[in-house]
Amino acid sequence: MDSSASVETHHDPHSHADEHEHHELGFWRKYIFSTDHKVIGIQYGLCGLAFLFLGFCLMMMMRWQMAYPGQALPVIGKFLPHIFGPGSMPDGKMTPDFYNSLGAMHGTIMIFLGVVPLAFAAFGNFVVPLQIGAPDMTFPKVNAASFWAFAVGGAIMLISFFVPGGAAKSGWTSYTPLAGIADTGPGHNPVFNGQTLWLIGFIFLITSSLLGAINFITTIIQLRAKGLTWMRLPFFVWAQFVTAFLLLLAFPPLEAAIVMQLMDRVAHTSFFLPSGLVVNGVPMSISGGGSPILWQHLFWFLGHPEVYVLILPAFGIVAEILANNSRKPLWGYKSLVFSVLVIGFLSFIVWAHHMWLTGMGTAVSAFFQTTTLLISIPSVIILSAFFISLWGGSIRFNVPMLFTIAFLPMFGIGGLTGIPLAFNSADLYLHDTYYVIAHFHYIVAPGTIFGLFAGVYYWFPKATGRKMSEFWGKVHFWPTLICMNVIFLPMFLQGMAGMHRRWYDGGQGWGVANEHTIWGLTGFQWNVPISWAAWTMGLAQIPFIINFFWSIKHGEKVNDNPWEATTLEWTAPSPPPHGNFVTIPVAYRGPYEYSLPGRERDFTMQNEPVEPTERTRRKAPAEPVLA
Amino acid sequence: MNNPPDISQDPKEYEEYAHGVQKHVRGYLMVGALLLTFTAITVALSYVDFGTRKANIGIAMLVATAKAAAVAAVFMHLAAEKRLIYRILIFTGFFVLGLFWLTFFAWFDYPTFH
Amino acid sequence: MEIPYTVSTRPDTGLWNAKVGIWLFLASEVMLFGGLFSAYIFLRIDAAPGTWPHGLLNVPVGTMNTAILIISSVTVVLAWAALKMRRYNAYWWYMLATITCGVIFLTVKLAYEWPQKFEHFGAFIKPDALAKYEQYLGNERRLEKGLEPRIQITGHLHSQNATEYEIALDPVNADPNNPAMDRPHFFPLPVTDKIATVEKADVQRATMFLPTHSAYFASYFTITGLHGLHVLGGVLVFTYMWLPVSKKLYQRNPEHLANRVEVSGLFWHFVDLIWIFVFPLFYLL
Repeated sequence: MDSSASVETHHDPHSHADEHEHHELGFWRKYIFSTDHKVIGIQYGLCGLAFLFLGFCLMMMMRWQMAYPGQALPVIGKFLPHIFGPGSMPDGKMTPDFYNSLGAMHGTIMIFLGVVPLAFAAFGNFVVPLQIGAPDMTFPKVNAASFWAFAVGGAIMLISFFVPGGAAKSGWTSYTPLAGIADTGPGHNPVFNGQTLWLIGFIFLITSSLLGAINFITTIIQLRAKGLTWMRLPFFVWAQFVTAFLLLLAFPPLEAAIVMQLMDRVAHTSFFLPSGLVVNGVPMSISGGGSPILWQHLFWFLGHPEVYVLILPAFGIVAEILANNSRKPLWGYKSLVFSVLVIGFLSFIVWAHHMWLTGMGTAVSAFFQTTTLLISIPSVIILSAFFISLWGGSIRFNVPMLFTIAFLPMFGIGGLTGIPLAFNSADLYLHDTYYVIAHFHYIVAPGTIFGLFAGVYYWFPKATGRKMSEFWGKVHFWPTLICMNVIFLPMFLQGMAGMHRRWYDGGQGWGVANEHTIWGLTGFQWNVPISWAAWTMGLAQIPFIINFFWSIKHGEKVNDNPWEATTLEWTAPSPPPHGNFVTIPVAYRGPYEYSLPGRERDFTMQNEPVEPTERTRRKAPAEPVLA
Repeated sequence: MNNPPDISQDPKEYEEYAHGVQKHVRGYLMVGALLLTFTAITVALSYVDFGTRKANIGIAMLVATAKAAAVAAVFMHLAAEKRLIYRILIFTGFFVLGLFWLTFFAWFDYPTFH
Repeated sequence: MEIPYTVSTRPDTGLWNAKVGIWLFLASEVMLFGGLFSAYIFLRIDAAPGTWPHGLLNVPVGTMNTAILIISSVTVVLAWAALKMRRYNAYWWYMLATITCGVIFLTVKLAYEWPQKFEHFGAFIKPDALAKYEQYLGNERRLEKGLEPRIQITGHLHSQNATEYEIALDPVNADPNNPAMDRPHFFPLPVTDKIATVEKADVQRATMFLPTHSAYFASYFTITGLHGLHVLGGVLVFTYMWLPVSKKLYQRNPEHLANRVEVSGLFWHFVDLIWIFVFPLFYLL
């Protein structure tokens, strides 16, 4: 019989260790360098939440500068220069460079160290093998490698704050030639500078994502339990499957571009530096011949699929919780699956809508406008299917469901406000304004992050055997929801008034931000209530943090299936042991058999055999098939 | 290359399978020789003047594609692979061509002012 | 705890796990090198006349390296076939041949080709000074013939002082009006001992043939460098599968080793495939 060693393409010195299955693993192999998908999922989850909080703190610092430009940060203003260096905030007053680095790192950390590790790697790793009835991922050691690559990349990003010159400050998009020349010259180290470390850290993060994507796709294809056909998969698994493909195929061109930007910075090449480039009045001594636009194409080739990477796992989580708490099957399962596949496909051919202002002609713009508008259709189908799923349901308003229901209109606002941006003519005005920031934050913040919160509250009992406090969950939910809207709704108006993103003074010195009032306040003045809402929202996360850690040991103990859900992860013990299932499950039915007529309970789990008394639309096959 | 009998304990069944593999070995050697020949052809053709440089590039790429196809089909067993692998590769091919073509499209379509 | 389908195939897909995994990985590698090749394409299309050089790389050596990689592709698939036929000794020799080919490829590149480039010098002449160095550039004749102008003087840097370079010229600059210099040669012509004095004031930019020299060398070193890293990775994996520890796996579960060799072989063939395109694009065209 073959050993449990997994096949991989690099050194495998521990293969002999796997043969000793009854050997208790030491602390390091069990909790730190584990190859168990659940441990890895939790590692990703804790790191992701920590980075999310860090990114949030960076934003809270920025919001001070935007509301009260030039004023010293109160209380913490004395300590921050000791952390970030005297050049960052002399006398507690933020310098423009430091503000820019906060902005660039807020974006980078939130997306690549916060949301993606949490939504894709954490939830995916923990839940997907359980939902498909698998004992683990197909490549457990590659899984561990993926996490540690992420950890190294994250560490490098963090270290970049403390090198001379500070962290990267050319936007999370690192547009060249600015990014090519940033953090160079006197006072900067040739390699240990913010932008170069950003690039190096990113290579580790991309490697981590690629390894993870390979694992997810192979696992979903190969390790589905008997009877679990493709159209019986929980929508969450479909969402993660498509997300994995996006990561697999969209990241590498950016990796190529990052290598080239690194070469530009370290080997003094000119991949992205044009001929005749003049910096501070002095012509640069470079070979030239490079193209800044090339960077943008390669960046956004990833950048657009990346935003679907941010939303699809949240769609998946929302689908599960919606069905579970409305006690009825999801409406339009086939449409949902079809839509998520179409989104995945189209997301590769819309990227230039991030480049409307680069001087593209009408023909290519027409192409990208068309594909961009087309991709809004499956998104609308998915959101509509979710809304319709609520109709006629017996809705339970527990904390996961609150976040899930709030997700729907919040994502709706975010998605619909993207439509004007799809037109290059409208975007001529709106590009780089706060309108864009409001649009994408509505999708990621009260969108994806609400989905992630919902997922944390929902799957917490499976990971720990205990529930988080419902009361404190609601204390977390309501202020967060309100603050999200106070923060981002006025930003649409600021953007339409013409206020640019990335102004270090919050618009104080710019006419458009001070000339007109919108609902009684000028654009610049709106920064104040927005900032206060942001700080309040920061406070509202404290109950969540305390609830999370306290409930691990003291939460209400629950059985294996406290939410009375139908999918396979709820057949495993809470928390599941190594190998997940006491007996490998077999699936006999679809994933959302709630309120099935002819049954005593209002839910039927996927591994329950079909009874003759059931009135099902389609006859189940006599023997469960492996397909 | 078809999948072998699953860790078969039956020596006779395996014997037949091994014999099948042997037949493919000749194919590998022939393709190897073909690749070396085509490499020489590529080099030789690059010294022939086909008019424009673009023409030379085109011809060289055609030969390279033929070589790549041989490596993929025979050495990488793609000629007899499973549907799933084909699907993955077709989508990949589509997206990489999309990257090239759409960037090319954007590169050369820009507004001109009269 | 056993992961199913590590060696046996799953009935509906007909595949074992690592096979799916490696093809997914290769798909991502296609996109990676696709990104690099797209940079090559656009940088080359946009290159100002005379800035994208031809004939600077050693074609015989490149051809030999190409042949070595092709041979290694043959030996690795023969190694796999030998394992399938349960002939461990044949496998061991074929695998050794493959590793050797890989090592030769890398050695030739890192110990010969690249250092040769690093020692070569090129000075781009300023546009308004081109006429002054006509004797080394031959642009009058080239203009008549509709050829791209020469704007670079190349060779070995003999010496330099504060105001000028002394360059031991390449034949193409030593005898620029010779029609034989219009097209690259198969056998690289040695640097002549004709010395040219070039004033630094007339030079736009002068470097050795390093990545910083031009978009051409930037692309060349980056793509062949990344490709070389992949070759090194393959060599390391193959070495591991050739060492005595592999014999233990062979004795325990020969099919498992065969699968691992097949999967690594697929990676190796892909690396060969990339080189099949890199070689003409940089060395010949």
